[in-house]
Amino acid sequence: MKRGRAEGRTIKPRRNSERVASPAERAQITLTINGTRHTADVEVRKTLADFIREEAGLTGTHLGCEHGVCGACTIHLDGQAVRSCLMFAVQAQGAEITTVESLGTPERLHPLQEAFRDHHGLQCGFCTPGILMSTLAFLRESPHPSDEQIREVLSGNLCRCTGYQGIVAAVRDAARRMRGTA
Amino acid sequence: MGTRYFGERVKRNEDPRLLTGRGTFVDDIRLPGMLHGAVLRSPHAHARLLSLDTSKAKTARGVVAVYTRTDLPEHLQQPLPKLIPHYALIHHKTQYALAPEKVRYVGEPVAFVVAESRYLAEDAAELVEVEYEPLPPVVDLTQAAQPNAPLVHEDMGTNVCAHHTQRVGNVEDAFARAAHVFTERFVMDRGTAAPMECRGIVAQWEPKMRQLTVWDSTQAPIPIRNGLARLLGLPQGGVRVIAPDVGGGFGPKIMMFYPEEILVPCAAMQLGRPVKWIEDRRENFVAMNQEREQIHVAAIAVDSDGRILGVRTNFLYDSGAYIPYGIIVPIVASTTLPGPYKIPNYHCEFKAVFTNKTIVSPYRGAGRPHGVFVMERLMDRVAKELRIDRTEVRRRNLIQPHEFPYEVGLIYQDNAPVIYDSGDYPATLAKALQMIGYDMWPERRARYRREGRYVGLGIACYVEGSGIGPYEGARVTVEPSGKVYAATSVGTQGQGHFTSFAQIVADALTVPVEDVVVVTGDTGAFGWGTGTFASRAAVVAGNAVHLAAQAVREKTLKVAATKLEARVEDLELQDGKVFVRGVPGRTMTLAEIAVAANPLRGTIPEGWEQPGLEASRYFAPPRGTFPNGVHACVLEVDVQTGMIKILKYVVVHDCGRVINPLILDGQIHGGVAQGLGGAFYERLVYDEHGQLLTQTFMDYLLPTAMEVPEIEIGHLETPSPLNPLGVKGAGEAGVIPVAALIAQAIDDALMEFGVRIAEMPLSPNRLLEIIQAARKQPAAAS
Repeated sequence: MKRGRAEGRTIKPRRNSERVASPAERAQITLTINGTRHTADVEVRKTLADFIREEAGLTGTHLGCEHGVCGACTIHLDGQAVRSCLMFAVQAQGAEITTVESLGTPERLHPLQEAFRDHHGLQCGFCTPGILMSTLAFLRESPHPSDEQIREVLSGNLCRCTGYQGIVAAVRDAARRMRGTA
Repeated sequence: MGTRYFGERVKRNEDPRLLTGRGTFVDDIRLPGMLHGAVLRSPHAHARLLSLDTSKAKTARGVVAVYTRTDLPEHLQQPLPKLIPHYALIHHKTQYALAPEKVRYVGEPVAFVVAESRYLAEDAAELVEVEYEPLPPVVDLTQAAQPNAPLVHEDMGTNVCAHHTQRVGNVEDAFARAAHVFTERFVMDRGTAAPMECRGIVAQWEPKMRQLTVWDSTQAPIPIRNGLARLLGLPQGGVRVIAPDVGGGFGPKIMMFYPEEILVPCAAMQLGRPVKWIEDRRENFVAMNQEREQIHVAAIAVDSDGRILGVRTNFLYDSGAYIPYGIIVPIVASTTLPGPYKIPNYHCEFKAVFTNKTIVSPYRGAGRPHGVFVMERLMDRVAKELRIDRTEVRRRNLIQPHEFPYEVGLIYQDNAPVIYDSGDYPATLAKALQMIGYDMWPERRARYRREGRYVGLGIACYVEGSGIGPYEGARVTVEPSGKVYAATSVGTQGQGHFTSFAQIVADALTVPVEDVVVVTGDTGAFGWGTGTFASRAAVVAGNAVHLAAQAVREKTLKVAATKLEARVEDLELQDGKVFVRGVPGRTMTLAEIAVAANPLRGTIPEGWEQPGLEASRYFAPPRGTFPNGVHACVLEVDVQTGMIKILKYVVVHDCGRVINPLILDGQIHGGVAQGLGGAFYERLVYDEHGQLLTQTFMDYLLPTAMEVPEIEIGHLETPSPLNPLGVKGAGEAGVIPVAALIAQAIDDALMEFGVRIAEMPLSPNRLLEIIQAARKQPAAAS
């Protein structure tokens, strides 16, 4: 079993100080999500995922396991794909975050989203936002991926509905489309 | 009528919403003043509850209420409803909203905390002081069935809650005269459906309207609405249950009732504020129903040519601590077992047994994988012992195309007889053999062995019961805007109802498929129905949608005939407009006809049935319809690590007429992935204390994109004669034969070690143990 490949990417937590805060202590943070600045007073234990969903009201980012395996909560933090359930919001102080809502709209899908629709790369759609964010970061780094590479990067996201076949086809096709539009 | 959409690979209507993060899952519901719940669960598998002290928790920051069992209304302290009774189910023990004087599995709800945030609710749950007196748990299924086992429910005096037998012909006689009898023991362990969205419930009570609204990630919103109304003393019209976007279901999201489905609405009504409870993954592992634990002792009697004279199975079924859903799973297992084969004499007998483990209810396959595993493993044994090619022994026993309808002689889960409606089993097998390249297999296998590689081929057949009653309904409406709405009773958990039902309506009314708005899973939109289970939505609800759409079509022509002063026979409906044939210019749009059908003054002609362009119809099939299929694969075993790699995977499937091949293929791909999990990767491991050791996705291995291979699909289309659309169900086909298939392919790969797989699921570790054990005793190989 190859598991959690996408976790190989590391992010450096931003620390305000070395002092250990108690979980319910509050702190004020400011971060940018999809180009909008958010300033809020939050419990230091609040996960980034909960911040995105509850404070920013962006519910496209989903929580499937809250222990960093399923990848449903994947977002981009300063351009890198990360699992927002594994970070506290306070660690994202000053960061630029993008979520699935920053891609296309229902009327005008992003080429990656369009490819997922064309190849039936989603069924229930719960894991889909995380998969889109993982593969988007991947395709920016690897615009000419092999199927093996696609499957390897996808192994960091769990999907229970599709059997991955439509997803692999979608990512393959999206690579082609995005090369064309880039 | 044209069929522009039926049978086409139509892209899904629901995708743009889901792809852009604009879906609405239960956890996405946010209401002003909403509170958050957390459930305190039993850490013991079996213990007496001596005392519960909530005083500290109640005073914790942000806490609004803490409920224990005695805080609930008297009737909600009792066992929750018995879902599906059966005459053989003597002890129909059901679960509680909150545990009574003793707890019976790890994860059983003990208290419910409601606070201003989930974080605070979980903080407070830790402050509830519970005193337990641990009792000896009964975890092992075989042990639980013994007379001296600890009792899950003392008043029963036994853990066996049901004992059921079905017989066809005279098995004793068949076995007595058989040339060969082979007996096997098969062990199937537990797994979990693991939908990517865990369960979740939001409830809102509006006292002035006396209206309760519940968002529930359920597969059965209408029965939940009906049950809640009864349990909470409200009229059905006073309860609206919405299953919005549901992030995968696969069976266990239909329970009626999970404790939280009672606790959350109760708290919302009592507190006068909306309450949300979202299951986390750790909870989901213990608190959502599980499946698949059975132990079969099975035997097959054949003549010297390998023709089946009789089959017998005697098995134990682990129901977990309670059995709300009844004995559906073991009935399905025992009635699926005969598969595509002619079995003149059959005896199946099971005992359903309580253990101190999580409750069991159907998970995709729902007993079918067990039945197929037993039958296909027995066929493999016959082939091996009689030295007949495994596909030949199957061919000799297949039901032939001219023998339909074929009466198996058993009673199915819907209490109707098992009668296979249609199919071509030899053609299905032949196509699979051709696609996997079976003719060339001996040479290929030998070549692999010369290269030092252990590669095996598997081939497994199945017949799947699907599309059972009692009924589903639909309402199709053309609004004065010209937009078409279809409301159905069955919710969707990703199966594409927004598209496949829209295709049916779009064809009937000749409108673009994108212009048909399907509403599912909302009791406020459609109030009669049972739910999405047993691969039945396309069959039962699909045909209801078809009947309603056809009725609206007829009404459209009738109204247009009046307005256009023409005979119905002279009218034509095309591109959403009615034309008078041969009279260009005399047309009406659907929108105009919808307005005309609902006049503000004047009279309504007698033949219009009702105002408006609208019709509700129900479809109630007489019994289930039976798709069939064959899976084949080639896989390689790494004998050093026990890992397997699938080199080729083929599915040939016949589910009658296909509404949308894109969606159908997706159902099969996803089913196979879950089947592979259940065959080789996923196992819930309980220790002897009844503690679940696999409670994360690091321990419980869902197949990833690295494990699931490309799947090639071949379709046959033998229409079902039992419904107007000729469709059969397809939701479970992918999963059913996979464990049997993988077992056979592993046997084939490791033939020279004499390995014989008799259990599911395996794992790399377990397979390595089997290989090492087999290697130590080469004498046993032949």
